[in-house]
Amino acid sequence: MSQTVEYTEVERHTEPKGFVNHWIFSTDHKVIGIQYLILAVVAAFTGMALSMLMRIRLVWPDRSYAFLETLFPVGAPDGVMTPEFYLAILTMHGTIMVFMVLTTAPQGGFGNYFLPIQIGAPDMAFPRLNMLAFWLTLLSFLTLMAAFFVQGGAPGSGWTAYPPLSALQEATTAGIGQDLWIVSIAIFCIAAMLSALNFIVTTLEMRTEGMALMRMPLTVWGWFTTAVIGLLAFGVLLAGGILLLMDRNLDTSFFIPGGLVVSDRLIDREGGSPLLWQHLFWFFGHPEVYIAILPGMGIISHVLATFSRKPVFGYRAMVYAMMAIAGLGFVVWGHHMFVSGMSPYSAVAFSVLTMAIGVPSAIKTFNWIGTMWGGRLRLDSPMLYAIGFVSIFVAGGITGLFLGQPALDMYFHDTYFVVGHFHLIMGVAAVLSMFAGLTFWFPKMFGRFMNEPLNKLHFWLTMFGVYGVFGPMHFLGTLGHPRRYADITGVNYLAERGSAELHYFITIAAMILITAQFIFLANLLWSLFAGKKAPENNPWEATSLEWAIPSPPPYDNFAGRVPVVRRGAYDYSLPGSAKDFLMQHEPDEMTQEPATRDVR
Amino acid sequence: MALFTALVIWLLALALLLPAWLGPWGFPEAITPLARQIDSRMTLTFILSGVIFLLSQFALGYAVLRFSRKRKEAASYVTGNDRWEMLWTTGGLALFIGLSLASYSAWAEARFDAERHAEGDPNRLIVEVVGQQFVWNMRYAGPNGEFGPTDPQLIDDSMGNAVGVDRSHPMGADDLIVPRMALPVGREIEIVLKSKDVLHNFFVPELRIKLDAVPGLEGRLRFTPDKTGTYEIACSELCGLGHYRMRAFMDVMQPAAFETWLLEQAQYLQ
Repeated sequence: MSQTVEYTEVERHTEPKGFVNHWIFSTDHKVIGIQYLILAVVAAFTGMALSMLMRIRLVWPDRSYAFLETLFPVGAPDGVMTPEFYLAILTMHGTIMVFMVLTTAPQGGFGNYFLPIQIGAPDMAFPRLNMLAFWLTLLSFLTLMAAFFVQGGAPGSGWTAYPPLSALQEATTAGIGQDLWIVSIAIFCIAAMLSALNFIVTTLEMRTEGMALMRMPLTVWGWFTTAVIGLLAFGVLLAGGILLLMDRNLDTSFFIPGGLVVSDRLIDREGGSPLLWQHLFWFFGHPEVYIAILPGMGIISHVLATFSRKPVFGYRAMVYAMMAIAGLGFVVWGHHMFVSGMSPYSAVAFSVLTMAIGVPSAIKTFNWIGTMWGGRLRLDSPMLYAIGFVSIFVAGGITGLFLGQPALDMYFHDTYFVVGHFHLIMGVAAVLSMFAGLTFWFPKMFGRFMNEPLNKLHFWLTMFGVYGVFGPMHFLGTLGHPRRYADITGVNYLAERGSAELHYFITIAAMILITAQFIFLANLLWSLFAGKKAPENNPWEATSLEWAIPSPPPYDNFAGRVPVVRRGAYDYSLPGSAKDFLMQHEPDEMTQEPATRDVR
Repeated sequence: MALFTALVIWLLALALLLPAWLGPWGFPEAITPLARQIDSRMTLTFILSGVIFLLSQFALGYAVLRFSRKRKEAASYVTGNDRWEMLWTTGGLALFIGLSLASYSAWAEARFDAERHAEGDPNRLIVEVVGQQFVWNMRYAGPNGEFGPTDPQLIDDSMGNAVGVDRSHPMGADDLIVPRMALPVGREIEIVLKSKDVLHNFFVPELRIKLDAVPGLEGRLRFTPDKTGTYEIACSELCGLGHYRMRAFMDVMQPAAFETWLLEQAQYLQ
C-alpha cells in the first residue's frame, strides 16, 4: 500500500446556473438537506408555540389574548381558548413535532447532507427523487397547516387519530380539518418512502473504494437503518390513512362498528373495528419512535468518539444494537394497546418483546459511557449536547421499564407519566442529538462556527428546562392524572393532591425552556453571517470524509477526486501515531512516524 | 467546566429521583388485593430502575470529571471489550425479561379470568358500565338478577334509557340505569365495559386498573374492593371536546347500605 492518499477519479457533475436552480429547485443533496432543516426549524417553532398555548390554557384557562382572537376567531372567541381549541392545538402539536420535526431534521436534514459525503459519493443515488421527496414533504406541511384555517378548524382527535372519534363527523367538530390531516399524513408517507428508498440505494451502491460496511461511520448506519424502517413502516400508515379517509367521506366502515349511537342518533354503519386502526397506526407508530431517534444515536456515537479522542467503544455491538432495535421495533407495537381491549394474552408476548428492546438501548448507553471512559474529553458544545443526550436518554428510557409491564401500564397508560416518558426519550433526546449535529457540522456546512458561549448558555438552560418540564409530569402520572384534559380543575382526586401546583411549575419551566430556544435561533442566524470563520477543513480534528473537503463543500463534494478509504471511522489516539486521529483516507504508513509524546 | 457538568448531571438525576421517592406525589390508597399486588411490583420496578438510573448518571458524570482535557495522559486506544458487551447484554436481558415475568401474575389476575369467563365467585356483582360522550351510565340487573336485552334503536337519553334496554322484556323491566356506581365492600365485582359512540376508558386510580370502553366490544374487569369510600372514575381515553369533564363516582359501601341503596333506586324506577 502506498504512503500517500489515493483517489478515485469520478465524473464531475456540472453545477446548475442561477439562484432558483441552485437554491430552490435543487437536486443537490446538500441544498435539499438544508431545505429539510429549514422546514424542521419552522415546524419546531410552530409546534413549540402550540405547546406554550397548551401550557397557558391549562394554568390560566380564562385569560384573554387579543392576538389569539385575531388568529383563531373560532377557536379563541374573545381571545379565550375553548376546550375544543385545546384539543386542536394538542393534535397539531403532536403531529407537527413527530412528522415535520423528528422525522425530517435527523434523516432528511442531516442524513441528506452528510450521508453521501461520509461514504464518498458525489450525490444521492436518485437526486431528482430526493428533490421530489422534499417538495412533497413541504406540501404535506402546508396541507397540515391549512387545517387551522378551514371551517371547524384543526382536528381534535390527537396525533393518533383514534376512530370512531376521528372517523365520525357526528362525534366531533364537523369540517374538513381531519380530512386535511389525513391527506397531509398520506403525502408525508409517500415522501418518506421515496426518501427511504434513496437512502438505502445510496448506502449500498455509492460507497467509495474501501468504504466497507463495517467501516462506515455510525451516523451512516443510523441513517441506513432508519431508511429501512421507514420504507417498511410508512406504507402501513398510508394504507390506514386511506381507509380512514374513506370511512369519513365514502360511508365505508373499516373502523366503525355497528350500533353506534351518537347524541341519541343511531349511526347507519356496521362491520368495522376501532382496534384495526390502532394496530395499523402503531405498527407504524412504534417504529416511528426509532425513525426519530436512530439517526440521533448515530450522531451521538460520532460526536462522543470525536470529542473523547477515542474510538467508539464496541463499534460492532453498536451496529448490531441498531439492527436489533430496528427488528424488535416492528414487533412491540402492542404495548401501546395493553388497555385497548385487545386480547390480554397477546399483551404478555408484547410485554416480553418490549422489555427485550431495552437491551440494545442499554448496550448503546453503556457503550457511549465506555467510549468516554479513558478518553481525553473536549467539552465543546457538540460534546455537551451529546453528554446531555445520554443523560436524558437514560432518564426517559428507564421509565419504559414501568410502561412495558402491562400490570403497571394499566395505571400509567394515558396519564402524564407517559407524556413525560415519550417527550424525554423521543422528543428531547432526538432534539439534543440535532443540536449536537448542528453545532458539530455547522463549520462544515457554512464555514463558520456558532457562538460557543451562547451555545453553552442554551445547553444549560435547556437541560434545566426539560427536566423541569418533563420530570414533574411523571409525578402527575403517579397521581393518576389523565392526559389530554383541556381543564385540570374538574377531578377531585387531583385537585386535592397538588396537581395544580405541579402544572404551574411545569408552565414556568416551559417558558424558560422556550426562551432558551430563541437564544439558539438567534445564535444560529447570527452565526450564519457573522460567526467566527472556521480555519481549515477539519477544525474538530475528526476522522470521517466530510472533514477532508473544504467548508462549505463544493457542488459535487469531492470535485471529481474521491479519496480511497483505508480504515474504520474512529481511529483516534492510535498508538504510534504522530497526531491523535487518523482520517479514514489516510494511509497506515503515516503511523510509522515517530511519536511526539508518550503513549501508553 | 468538567466539574460543573458532572455536578449538574448528578443534581438533575437526584432532582428527578428524590421527589419520586420522598415527595407527596405517591400513588393514592390501594383498595383491592390486586391493587396492592400491583403496588409491590411497582416498588420492585422502582428500586431496580432507580439503581440503574443512578449508576448510569453517576458513571456519566464521573467520566466527564475524571477524563477531562486537563488529564495528562493521552486517550487510550480501546475499541471495545467483548466481555463487557456480554455482561450488559445478558444482564440486561435477564433483568428486563425478569421484570416482565414478575408482574405477569398481577396482569393475569386482573384480566385473564374475566376474559375467558372463568368461574369466579358465584355471588359476584355484575355491573355494566356504558360510556358515551361525556357521561358514564351504570346498569344493574335489578331484583331479578338478570340483565334485559338491549337494542341501540331503543336508546333514548331523555327517557332515561341511555343504554337501550328493552323495558318490555321481563328481564329488562327492572334493570337500573344510574349515573353513579355503588358497590358493596368485600364482594367480588365484575365490570362489563361498553361504549355507545367512541372510545372511552374506565380508570379508578385506587383500583390500579384501566380498560378502554370500545364500541362493539365488551371489556371485563374483576376486583374485590375491601375499603369503603367514594372514588372517582375519570375518563382516560380521548373521547372528544368534553373528555376532561367525563367523570363519575364510585361509592364502596357496607353490604347493608348497598342493599338499601338498591331498593331506593328500584323505587325511583317505578
